[in-house]
Amino acid sequence: MKLKVLVLAITAVIMSSCGSDGKKKDNVAAPIKAEKEVVEVDPMKDKGIGPISSITLGEIDEAMAAEGKEVFKAKCSACHKMSKRFVGPGLAGVTERRTPEWIMNMILNPEEMVDKNPIAKQLLAEYLSPMANQSLTEKEARLILEYFRTVKAE
Amino acid sequence: MKTIFKSLFAITVLSLVFSSCGNGGSDKKSGALSGSAAEKVYVAPGEHDEFYAFVSGGFSGQLAVYGLPSGRLFKVIPVFSVDAEQAYGFNEETKPMLNTSHGFIPWDDSHHPDISQTAGELDGRYVFINGNNTPRIAKIDLTTFETTEIIEIPNSAGNHSSSFVTENTEYVVAGTRFSVPYPQKDMPIAEYKGNFKGALTFISVDPEDGGMDIKFQIMMPGFNYDLSHPGRGKSHGWFFFTTYNTEEANSLLEVNASQNDKDFIAAINWKKIEEYVNNGGGTKAPTNYAHNVYNDETHTATSTMKDEILIVNPSDVPGAIYFLPTPKSPHGCDVDPSGEYIIGSGKLAAELTAHSFTKMLAAIEGEKFDGEAYGIPILQYEEVLAGAVKQPGLGPLHTEFDGQGNAYTTFFISSEVVKWKLGTWEVVDRKPTYYSVGHLMIPGGNSRKPFGKYVLAMNKITKDRYLPTGPEVTQSAQLYDITGEKMELLLDFPTIGEPHYAAGIPADIIKANSKKFFKLEENKHKYVTKSEADAKVVRDGNQVHIYMTMIRSHFAPDNIEGIQVGDEVFFHVTNLEQDYDVPHGISMIGAQTSELLIMPGQTETFKWYPKNVGVWPFYCTDFCSALHQEMQGYVRVSPKGSSVPITYTLDGDAVDVE
Repeated sequence: MKLKVLVLAITAVIMSSCGSDGKKKDNVAAPIKAEKEVVEVDPMKDKGIGPISSITLGEIDEAMAAEGKEVFKAKCSACHKMSKRFVGPGLAGVTERRTPEWIMNMILNPEEMVDKNPIAKQLLAEYLSPMANQSLTEKEARLILEYFRTVKAE
Repeated sequence: MKTIFKSLFAITVLSLVFSSCGNGGSDKKSGALSGSAAEKVYVAPGEHDEFYAFVSGGFSGQLAVYGLPSGRLFKVIPVFSVDAEQAYGFNEETKPMLNTSHGFIPWDDSHHPDISQTAGELDGRYVFINGNNTPRIAKIDLTTFETTEIIEIPNSAGNHSSSFVTENTEYVVAGTRFSVPYPQKDMPIAEYKGNFKGALTFISVDPEDGGMDIKFQIMMPGFNYDLSHPGRGKSHGWFFFTTYNTEEANSLLEVNASQNDKDFIAAINWKKIEEYVNNGGGTKAPTNYAHNVYNDETHTATSTMKDEILIVNPSDVPGAIYFLPTPKSPHGCDVDPSGEYIIGSGKLAAELTAHSFTKMLAAIEGEKFDGEAYGIPILQYEEVLAGAVKQPGLGPLHTEFDGQGNAYTTFFISSEVVKWKLGTWEVVDRKPTYYSVGHLMIPGGNSRKPFGKYVLAMNKITKDRYLPTGPEVTQSAQLYDITGEKMELLLDFPTIGEPHYAAGIPADIIKANSKKFFKLEENKHKYVTKSEADAKVVRDGNQVHIYMTMIRSHFAPDNIEGIQVGDEVFFHVTNLEQDYDVPHGISMIGAQTSELLIMPGQTETFKWYPKNVGVWPFYCTDFCSALHQEMQGYVRVSPKGSSVPITYTLDGDAVDVE
């Protein structure tokens, strides 16, 4: 599955305000012209930005997943439900839509992700609330990832 | 007459203009208006100040945190007074902090902050500060910049010669300014003399957790104990207290307590007294005082009433206490970095007195006594005197040290800071203050290791220095560069309340230890809600407990029904955020209390007594995110006895997790 990510490249009409072209000049503020540039990003290849550069997954570890569910409940469930959109996106089947590295980086480094990563930026534009940094450890993020692997999309 | 004044004025102005134009720039460095002064206090946007200054709020009861050299105010730490902004004394968790033997006291007069020390140097763990009116000592934890402990001082009144720490923070002392009957009793005031007592209290500080405990109280003669400082280095183990009203007057003290040519500095060998009480000395006496401790894990304070105190009678410990005669009602009592010189500032004296610790020991050894007072030996003045600064100014109050052999003393009446040399006693420089300076502070300036870059003068009168704001004008602090031979006034800045003393410390010593947030998993609050799944509303008779969470940007639950008029409703609110600088607030319409301002990972509680039927909103008071305005909720209030059941929801669902 390929997702088309729109990156808004704002090309402000600065030149008109400079007044050097002299073609059209009035006292009304010039409207800002936005151009949509389509960037092709394969979310199943995008590893995101953050401390996790590469991770290898084995068989699902049920004990880790159970622990991850507890961490998720304590630190994430105020904004994320598995089954439905809440403050943030519903997360059932998220491991089928994103790389494990992207998921962990989104948990561990949300500020930079929503600032620079095209997919995260698009999510912020859609959900408006920036992902909160809950100061989880890499280990805790890894446990949550294991929990996510056990919850498939319906 | 007028014309004469006018021409005088014109001449003065002209001469000022000429002199400031200068020829050859010999006087370039003088005056706060010079470019170099601005550069010295300019801290560029995003940059940090070099020092923290903890400046007492005086009659505000609080402690202000400023940066130096910029003079920027970072925080007002609530200590002895309620503070609506931070819910201090308003939320259920901090109300016990202000408990005393007189009940809940919402205010005090905070005076002398002092930073904890190790080996005579600032260690940056705690700031201690005294409440003057209803005698108390508070401890502020410098990882959270919050007041975490307050201990009441019994048998004391006007807790002024406080709260100074010994070289390794073994003790923080609390000395009484007003002597009172001991034990308190109904007696004629006119029988003060010989019957009132002055309590000097030594509070031990636990080296591990900083816990305070009154170790012993010395029941001194009924003088006024004004200020104090510990011995250090060679004089470690001693403590020095200035006294006035050795006349023991009980009325019109401004006349009657100014009769004696000399009062005393009391030198207390606390190590000797410590040894005495450790060996079973002293008398256990009944008393009643509050000891209040705030716990960072339960986020809750507890108040415990104590009923016993160990009293030490000076005459029972011979060789532990001596009086050093000191001219004219001495105020400040300051000890130089080496521990050799004890400076007494006789408020009405023509000179500044420096006693020598070495000479004091020799005088004790040689029994060079000049009588005694209530059994306490008075040492001969000449035998302990190291020297005097002659004609230094009018109305000396306090002295600090730069570690380079210089001392800086404030003069209230002549309104100036005077720099002089230890040992030679010569005046090096004097600079005016605006106006009527009280305390001054050099970071570490009353320790073994001063950081002698700046001196901060704290003024009692401000008058025309700022834009007028009606009859009440702010008080002020002034910063001087003291790195050169001459002092240079750099900056004026306003202060909160009245700044009695301050304590300064290089920022590097404490900023790395500053807590960013409280870990949710370590939250042991009795009513914590660690996840939205645990949020609930529980009725217990007419008490309703709401276990609520907050995160950017909603409350859980945010729709609550089943509350009734006449209920006592507790909002126990936990901030689920786990990131730096993301507090949330909450306030409820008609709640007769303050907002709560809850730090990440913290739980706080306020009470609400719904008085009217209806649907009443609550909301977040701290702008927390782009959707802060959406962070709100409703409580439905039904008539008393209504059959509307308790329900609590978020987004239409019961609050739970899948």
